[in-house]
Amino acid sequence: MPALLELICPAGSLPALKAAVDNGADGVYLGLKDNTNARNFAGLNFDAKSLTEGIRYAHNKGVKVLMALNTYPQPDTVSRWHQAVDTAATSGLDAIILADPGLMAYARKVHPNLRLHLSVQGSATSYEAVNFYRERFGIQRAVLPRVLSLPQVENVVNNTDVEIELFGFGGLCVMVEGRCLLSSYACGDSPNTFGACSPGHAVRWQQTPKGMETRLNGVLIDRYADDEKAGYPTLCKGRFDVQGETYYALEEPTSLNSMEMLPEMARIGIAAIKIEGRQRSPAYVAQVTQVWRAAIDAVKKDQAAFKPNPAWMAQLNKVSEGSMSTLGAYYRPWK
Amino acid sequence: MKLSLGPLLYYWSREDTLAFYEEAANWPVDSIYLGETVCSRRHLLRLSDWLELAEKLTAAGKEVVLATQTLIESESDLKALRKLVADGRFLVEANEWGAVRLLAEKGAPFVAGPALNAYNPDTLGLLAELGAKRWVPPVEMPRDMIMSMLASPAVPEALETELFAYGRLPLAFSARCFTARRYNLQKDDCQFRCLDHPDGLTMRTRESEDFLTLNGIQTQSAKVMSLAHRVDELRAAGIDLLRLSPQSRHMGRVVEVFRTLLEGGLAASAVPEKLDKLMPGQPCDGYWLGEAGMAYHPM
Repeated sequence: MPALLELICPAGSLPALKAAVDNGADGVYLGLKDNTNARNFAGLNFDAKSLTEGIRYAHNKGVKVLMALNTYPQPDTVSRWHQAVDTAATSGLDAIILADPGLMAYARKVHPNLRLHLSVQGSATSYEAVNFYRERFGIQRAVLPRVLSLPQVENVVNNTDVEIELFGFGGLCVMVEGRCLLSSYACGDSPNTFGACSPGHAVRWQQTPKGMETRLNGVLIDRYADDEKAGYPTLCKGRFDVQGETYYALEEPTSLNSMEMLPEMARIGIAAIKIEGRQRSPAYVAQVTQVWRAAIDAVKKDQAAFKPNPAWMAQLNKVSEGSMSTLGAYYRPWK
Repeated sequence: MKLSLGPLLYYWSREDTLAFYEEAANWPVDSIYLGETVCSRRHLLRLSDWLELAEKLTAAGKEVVLATQTLIESESDLKALRKLVADGRFLVEANEWGAVRLLAEKGAPFVAGPALNAYNPDTLGLLAELGAKRWVPPVEMPRDMIMSMLASPAVPEALETELFAYGRLPLAFSARCFTARRYNLQKDDCQFRCLDHPDGLTMRTRESEDFLTLNGIQTQSAKVMSLAHRVDELRAAGIDLLRLSPQSRHMGRVVEVFRTLLEGGLAASAVPEKLDKLMPGQPCDGYWLGEAGMAYHPM
C-alpha cells in the first residue's frame, strides 16, 4: 500500500530526534554539521557519532530517518556533498533528500539502492518537473514548494507516480524555495549555497531612541515599539515602506498551519506531511509532533468527521512564529 | 563578447511593448529574448504575438530566444509551455526543469536559464547533455565560481555562457503577488496594477533606503546590477554574452554604452559618468565579487 500521511518531523539535534520519535513521528529528517543542508546553523545538526546514535534510536522504534542534503554543491567543494551521500548510504539511513540534479546523478550511480527524495529546494512545482527527476534519477518522493493551491497539488498527484509530501506546519517561506536570493543580496549568504537565510552572523539587534532595531548586514529589517515583541530579522518578514506606507510588504511573521486541510490531503493521496523547524527546540518538536500525530490518527479514523481540536490549535499557535498562523498558498486568497 | 536583451520582466501596455521591440530591432544587440517569464496573468501579448515579433526581429538580423515561464503552477501554465516548445522555430530558454524535460524529449537545443540553479559542473554537464547550448549562471554566482565551472572537464567547451550584466536583479519568485498585496487586492483580482509600474515598485527600509523592487510575483533588487566597468574581467572569465535586462527608459542608450565598451571606445573609469544617469536605481556589482549582491565597488 502506498504511504499516506506519514508524519515527518524535524531533528536539529539528538534530543530533538528523540522527542520526535517518542511523540509519534513516522520519520525524522536531519542534516550534517555543515553547508550540505539548508539549516546550517551553529550548534545544530549531526556528526558521525550522533548520527549513528540517532539512527539506532529511531530504528529501534520503527521510525525512519531521512537526511537532508538539500543545498547546491559548488565546483570546488562538491566532494563534501559526495562524501555526505556516501555517509548516508553506509549508515543505514532510509532516504536522502536532494535538490541538485548533479548530486542525484552521483547518488544514483554510486548507490543505486539508496532511496531518493526531491527536496523542496529543488523548486519542482509541476508534474513535468517531478517526472523529470523520476525518469532521470528514480526519485520516489517529492516535497512540493509552498506555492501551490490544493487543487493544483492534486493535479500533480494525479499525473505522477512519485509520492508527494507537503509542508503541514512551521516557518513559512513566502518565496518559492530554491528560488530566493534575497538573503545573499543583503548579506552574501543564500540558502542555496550557504544553507541558511538571514544567517545569525549578519544579524544585529540594537535598542535606539526610536525603538528596538533589527538589521541584516546593516539593512534595517524592522523597528519595534516598546510594546511590540521584536522578531528575528528574516528579511521577507520585516516592515518596509512602499509608496509611503509602512507594512509587512512581503509577509507577516507567521507560521504555516494546514491542519484543517488534512482530510482533503488524505483524499488526494498525499504521502507525507512535513513539519518545519530543525532550528527549534526539542520541546517544540515534542509538542508539535504530539499534536500532529493525534490529528493524523483522527483523520485516518474518520476523514469526514475530522475537525481540528481547538486545544490542538491553541497549542500550535503558542509555538508559532508571531503566534499567528496561515493556510499559505494552499488557500487561494492568500496569494 | 556579444550582447543580449533579456526577457522583459515588467508588464507594459501592448503599445509600449511593441514600440520597445520596434526600437530594439535597431539597437546593436545580437540576441533578443522574448516572452512572459514572470506572471501567467499578464496576457496583453499572447504567444502568437511574441512569435510574430520573433519573426520580425529575426528578419532584422537578431537571434531570437523564447523564454519560458519561471514558476509553473497550473495545467494551463503547462499548456502554454507545451505550445511554446512545440512551435520549434526559435531557440527556447528553459526556466524550470519541466521545460527542460519537454525540450530534451523533443531533442531541441535550448538555453538553460538562470533559475535552473546550475551551481556545479555535474549539473551543468547534465544540462549540456540534455541539449543546452548556452547557460545563464544563477545571478548570485561569483566570478571565481563561474571560472571553476568553465574549467571543469564535465562542461563542454562549446557551451556558451551568458551573464546577467545589467539591470535590476531577479532575486525571488513567489505564489503571492506583492504588487496586488500593495493595493490590498487578491492575485486573482489584481486589476493588472503592474501596468502602473513599468520599472516595478520600490520597497524601502524604514530609514528610506531603497532595498528591493516589487514586480508582481517577482522580487528584484532596488539597485541595478551593472558590470559595465568590468568588461575586461568578464572577457577574461570566458563570458560569451552579456545580458542586459529591459527597463522602461533609456534602454537604447544603455545598449550603446555596452556596445562602445566592447569595441574599446570607452574606458572603464568613464562608465559611471555615462551609465549611472541612465539607471532607475543605484548601481551594484557585489555578486560578481562574491559579496553581498547589493555591494558596489566602482573601479
